[in-house]
Amino acid sequence: MLSKNFKIMHEDGLSARPAALFVQVASKFNSRIWVEVNSKKVNAKSIMGIISLSIGQDDEITVTAEGNDQEEAIEALTKLIDSNFSCIPNREQNGKHC
Amino acid sequence: MTTIPIDNIINELDLEVIYCGDNQNIDIVTSDVNRPGLQFAGFFDYFASERIQVLGKVEMTYLETMDPEVRQQQLEKFFQYDFPCLVITRNMEIPEYILELSKKYNRPLLRSSISTSNLTQKLINYLSSALAPKITRHGVLVDVYGVGVFIMGESGIGKSETALELIKRGHRLVADDAVEIKKVTDNRLIGEAPELIRHFMEIRGIGIIDIRAMYGVGAVINNKPLDIVIYLEFWDDNKEYDRLGLTEEYTEILGVKLPKIVVPVRPGRNLAIIIEVAARNWRLKRMGYNAAQELDNRLNALIQMNRE
Repeated sequence: MLSKNFKIMHEDGLSARPAALFVQVASKFNSRIWVEVNSKKVNAKSIMGIISLSIGQDDEITVTAEGNDQEEAIEALTKLIDSNFSCIPNREQNGKHC
Repeated sequence: MTTIPIDNIINELDLEVIYCGDNQNIDIVTSDVNRPGLQFAGFFDYFASERIQVLGKVEMTYLETMDPEVRQQQLEKFFQYDFPCLVITRNMEIPEYILELSKKYNRPLLRSSISTSNLTQKLINYLSSALAPKITRHGVLVDVYGVGVFIMGESGIGKSETALELIKRGHRLVADDAVEIKKVTDNRLIGEAPELIRHFMEIRGIGIIDIRAMYGVGAVINNKPLDIVIYLEFWDDNKEYDRLGLTEEYTEILGVKLPKIVVPVRPGRNLAIIIEVAARNWRLKRMGYNAAQELDNRLNALIQMNRE
């Protein structure tokens, strides 16, 4: 199991579009992935779950992955968040194109 | 311990603030309340000072009959305990000596217009709900023939699509994807949708839809007790699936045991109808009829007869 904390810098927070990107990236991995904010934990592959957290700018989130590709999953989500949701890492390329 | 914003209690129970001091929150561990009559009489053994203290007509009248010096002494002792707040009922006049001590010891002092027993009941109800253990689980909660069916399973297995089919068949959606589950009593769980996403649903390929706008108010319900868990999983040829239904499997959520039915998913399998059948079967079992048991009994009787 692997966990990492992030601070969301995107000015809209995780509104529908960034949330969809987040879910899209998370869904590419076999690992089970969760997002936790203020002790509320949801499945990172569920768009409704992520939206229900109503994560705003500067909010801190914890992403946890568990499974055979947990490192790659965390790495890809890190790339996505660090690029402020402008770079969508691909599972095969592992985000090398950006 | 749970911390409840004092404003929430005030709004929820329609209380009047007499003195709040710098208290923004109330730290609370129990949903019980205490009426401090015995404490005013000087008996402090087993004083439940962690509870909200409620003063009714009896306590107020008793205080008035006391010798002012003794009263001051007992109240000082009472206020030295770290109780969450003091509520006076029936809109009774607040005596100066209580107000002063509230200020001196920084204890919130509130007033209610309703009767003591009424307030006590409301307070306990509110606190039980506010203090109930909570958890958010991934899954879809649907009301099928009045049975709270919690559909679980991996992402992409088709939970939402199954729920959609159930809605089309006249059942009601409680929550899609994220279900907030609250343990209201030792054996009762209530599920609801986080308010923001209530009655919305995501269907892959279509996007987000609003079930209430699309299917009407009859297709949704705000909350529902959980009765059974249906676990959807990809069909595994190496796994044995229940063929009889004589043994029951259970799963635990927040320490509450719920019957769990594992339903293997294969293309072309109509999951909605299987869930409808599971709900009907659960109701039959609750009414004392177990089909598998019934058939087994008939079989045993026949074997017995043939032997004779």
